[in-house]
Amino acid sequence: MARSVSTRRKLITTVFAWAIGIAIFFPILWTILTSFKTEAAAIADPPVWFNFHWTLDNYATVQERSNYFRHFMNSVIISGGSTLLGLIIAVPAAWSMAFVPAKRTKDVLMWMLSTKMLPPVGVLVPIYLLFRDLGLLDTRIGLVIVLTLINLPIIVWMLYTYFKEIPGEILEAARMDGASLRSEIIHVLTPMAIPGMASTVLLNIILAWNEAFWTLNLTAAKAAPLTAFIASYSSPEGLFYAKLSAASTMAIAPILIMGWFSQKQLVRGLTFGAVK
Amino acid sequence: MGRITLDKVRKAFGDIEVIPPLDLTIEDGEFVVFVGPSGCGKSTLLRLIAGLEDVSGGQIRIDREDATNLPPAKRGLAMVFQSYALYPHMSVRKNIAFPMKMAGLPQDEQERRIEGAAKALNLTDYLDRKPGQLSGGQRQRVAIGRAIVREPAAFLFDEPLSNLDAALRVGMRLEISELHKRLATTMIYVTHDQVEAMTMADKIVVLRAGNIEQVGSPLELYNRPRNVFVAGFIGSPKMNLITGAEAAKHNATTIGIRPEHLAISTEGGAWKGEIGVSEHLGSDTFFHVTVEGQVEPLTVRASGEVSLSYGDTVWLTPNEANLHRFDAEGLRIA
Repeated sequence: MARSVSTRRKLITTVFAWAIGIAIFFPILWTILTSFKTEAAAIADPPVWFNFHWTLDNYATVQERSNYFRHFMNSVIISGGSTLLGLIIAVPAAWSMAFVPAKRTKDVLMWMLSTKMLPPVGVLVPIYLLFRDLGLLDTRIGLVIVLTLINLPIIVWMLYTYFKEIPGEILEAARMDGASLRSEIIHVLTPMAIPGMASTVLLNIILAWNEAFWTLNLTAAKAAPLTAFIASYSSPEGLFYAKLSAASTMAIAPILIMGWFSQKQLVRGLTFGAVK
Repeated sequence: MGRITLDKVRKAFGDIEVIPPLDLTIEDGEFVVFVGPSGCGKSTLLRLIAGLEDVSGGQIRIDREDATNLPPAKRGLAMVFQSYALYPHMSVRKNIAFPMKMAGLPQDEQERRIEGAAKALNLTDYLDRKPGQLSGGQRQRVAIGRAIVREPAAFLFDEPLSNLDAALRVGMRLEISELHKRLATTMIYVTHDQVEAMTMADKIVVLRAGNIEQVGSPLELYNRPRNVFVAGFIGSPKMNLITGAEAAKHNATTIGIRPEHLAISTEGGAWKGEIGVSEHLGSDTFFHVTVEGQVEPLTVRASGEVSLSYGDTVWLTPNEANLHRFDAEGLRIA
């Protein structure tokens, strides 16, 4: 039987939830609003909400001043490439750890996670020097490599958790049913692992898309993704909030749209195992 | 054909020997039940036969052929798991077809066998559903269907009814027995439930700590348990086991008497006791009687309704002919 909740309590929780939701979304909303203002309106005090002169000038200027499409393509290549490369490494790794665990499997997993606890700036100089000597500075391939390494622990962990959820008895049943290792993987394992892999891919693309520390420090012009594109509007010549907002909106729009369409899959993937 | 012979089969996990060398023959067409308490090695033994675990020594022969090192798929056995182990992303039809697809059977033959199995197991209306849309009992039927269509040399059941509720379990028990009668294929069935063992088996193998304690027909085990363990394990409610002076009177260390072989009287008898809890089943009444000088209360069966209440004084008399005697090692004395 469902627990009965009083109307008053329902009202309070609803208001509370909306308040949190709005608080989280507010900066994004403000950025989008500001992107349609004039520079003067953008810094007006007290701030103007909706009753300003709506303009697309900022977008036009941004479009004129920098090559959005090139940055966009760099972002796509870097986040897509690092996700693909990460998956190629992580799938067999997580697979073996989930299905053929050894005595130290847990330790290896913890050790991998521990690399995420290191402040990235701590390895900035060595990586920068390595990249310089290897000629990887300001290259897409360099960023693909570094972002793969940064996100690899998360991919392995997520995949490991999903693979772990696949009951061993089903694989044994397939073996009893005469499936070879190949057909076991094709007909049984992969179809069961696909939802988990899909949400891992989505999350990783989002993480890589939004990654700013490494993309800003290791690129200049050629390989600069959208993060660098935004940053270029906070320049020594002064802050131009409206243009900065327009650039930011353009940078986050693709990932917001992708997130919007895949939110069901994403939530399902992230809560997989917790809610059955 | 499905004659399975285990010859000095042993299994160790690291230094821990879970199954010491063990011999067992399962005849073609037999319904054999492995029964024992949790951790007695019965599931491991089944998995060794299935090929899901490798033996640490000895030989497994299926129809006289050495199958010790054959992979599971090559042994011609089908297994039904406790968790059903259905493929969640496939429809019932595809689940049942899977082993035939792996074996490369022609499409029309596959269809024919699916229809046959579905009809036999009442699954015809559910063939296009996913396992997630079925009840526990239906899922178990799909798992059985998937095993049947392979026409295996033997069926292996690993506690197949444990996840079902009590009423369904009784129904499925009958269905599996029925299936065995119809197919006359060897079946090996693992359970910790001695009622399942008693009702279904042609031959029961009682296991404890990887050792075979006794092999025999249900009634052999019931009437002539080889040792105290089997005596206490087979039968529900359990056999009363009595030690001390009363046992010594019969030249034994332990004597056993089943609840139905104790006569209860309010006038007089061998052992004086006091009625504890009574369990009224309608057809029978079980009294738990605390007897003077005995730590454990004795269970007594009385036919039908007998009106005795908590605290009443009664006398119990064992039927001497049905008394089981065991020596200091716990082994049966003649």
